Amino acid sequence: MAIGTLPAARAHARLPWRTRVREMLDRERVLGPLFITPALILIALLVAYPFCMALYFALSNAFIGRPSHFVGFRNFVNLWDADAFRQTFQNAFVFTGISVAFKLVLGISLALLLNQQLWFKRMIRGAVLLPWVIPTALSTLGWWWMFNSLYSVVNWTGISLGLLDPPGPNWLGQRHYAMAAVVTVNIWRGLPFFAITILAGLVAIPKELYEAAQADGAGPWARFWYVTLPMLKPVLAVVVLFSTIFTFSDFNIVYVLTHGGPINATHLFATYSRMIGLESGRIGEGAAVSLYLFPLLVFVVWAQLRFVRKQAY
Amino acid sequence: MSRRARWAKILQHVLLIPFLVFALFPFYHMALTSLKQDRELYDRFAVPLIIKQGPTLEHYTKLIRETEFLTWTKNSLMVTILATTASIVIGTIAAYALSRLKFRGVNSFGTGIFVTYLVPTSLLFLPLAQVVNWLGLADSKWALILTYPTFLVPFCTWLLMGYFRTVPKEVEECAMVDGATRIQALTRIVLPIAIPGLVCATLFAFTLSWNEFIYALTFTSSSEQITASVGVTSELIRGDIYFWGELMAGAILGSVPIVILYVFFLDYYVSGLTAGAVK
Repeated sequence: MAIGTLPAARAHARLPWRTRVREMLDRERVLGPLFITPALILIALLVAYPFCMALYFALSNAFIGRPSHFVGFRNFVNLWDADAFRQTFQNAFVFTGISVAFKLVLGISLALLLNQQLWFKRMIRGAVLLPWVIPTALSTLGWWWMFNSLYSVVNWTGISLGLLDPPGPNWLGQRHYAMAAVVTVNIWRGLPFFAITILAGLVAIPKELYEAAQADGAGPWARFWYVTLPMLKPVLAVVVLFSTIFTFSDFNIVYVLTHGGPINATHLFATYSRMIGLESGRIGEGAAVSLYLFPLLVFVVWAQLRFVRKQAY
Repeated sequence: MSRRARWAKILQHVLLIPFLVFALFPFYHMALTSLKQDRELYDRFAVPLIIKQGPTLEHYTKLIRETEFLTWTKNSLMVTILATTASIVIGTIAAYALSRLKFRGVNSFGTGIFVTYLVPTSLLFLPLAQVVNWLGLADSKWALILTYPTFLVPFCTWLLMGYFRTVPKEVEECAMVDGATRIQALTRIVLPIAIPGLVCATLFAFTLSWNEFIYALTFTSSSEQITASVGVTSELIRGDIYFWGELMAGAILGSVPIVILYVFFLDYYVSGLTAGAVK
């Protein structure tokens, strides 16, 4: 008899328990924290915690497979005294400055062209966006081959068109040419992001503004300068901030194309940090290299939160 | 169309040509190289822009028969599918909480997600390599499945928050007045309306994890564990002799899954790109 009543009693008890859970889940104060918990745990364990570790490493003499000691800011000071790091520091600014400037100017031009009534509009957009979706490490291999010292198709074309004197530059073997090469690939890869995002900004500009400007006698140049550019400002700010942080911290292109060479002429923070931290095992110093990215990151985050998100809401 | 307008239109297309050549030429040249016979490929007097001595699939067959390329592709697929699925689930519920529910700390968590979204992977790969070691996942593709969500979840959350905000609150409230619970309102009302957003987030998460390079390069090294990008860039280059034909064949085949998605979902890529950055 006791055995017979047990399941029934349990079923009876289960009902209010289930209802209670259901009611709890309906409360925003319960469901909200519950829903963000997985993301929170992930970010705490695999972003915030490693970040604190990076801070600690940077202040210690950590070396692969050896206990580490606190050394204060010595890594940062040592780095600053090393020529290779100074070169990297300079490279990062040259690389980012030139790439972002080109991407911005070319991106606005391309967006203006794409905003016209075009034949094969979809196909053209698809072609323009392609470099951005293909794995960068793999497409950079293609560029590596194009800049090859013996079989460079870039040189072949340049010589055939009479633009270069044979045999043409050894792109990846000479410092300024190597920098030009990595900048070119970065522009190639980043231009679609600029063009498509700016195009979205262009589409959103009300047509009435152009009509009004035209009625006031503004020519195409004046309309671009006094209507298009001011209206695009918020979009341009977002795109430039985004691109700055991701260009500054770029790894793939330099790693595949030049490995930082020739003689550190194209090293960026990420590639140099990998070389110091993993290839030579000085984790402490390697972490300090990548933390030089941090001030820029803080600035970009601050600028985004301050100016950009305010406009969005 | 007046004559002048037609000329203007032709001029616009002409001006687009340099941009299109710049965007597409590297792919054309890669494909060409992968199909050329070695004899012609290494002939310094041959024209590099065309195939004269007939195309060949020999580089592709060599790549598939003599290297571990298929294993790397399988690894890439497994890592990408698992990391994408996990990130979409975690990102969807987080985005719903952030865009719809009121609770303590909702705003600071939203800001936290946004900040994480901006943290570049090259800032964290050194300490993460240590974490991966401690977890016993060194040189394992599971390390990638675990770490890829660190950049996928903030991205998906951010993208989906934008989509959830476009679903009118009233629709959901109506369902709840009719007796649906909040979770039913989410799964039966909000998610179906936000399907374009979910497709978009899935596509981008898939693309981002397929294209990821620095974590894959750092956390995995043996031929059975690496992904396609790492395999092609490191295993196909041995010593000073490069096999350019196979290398380009590997680069082309390693991009195929993304190209297939891209061809079918081009419009989603365009809208997701702008939404992810601007919203």
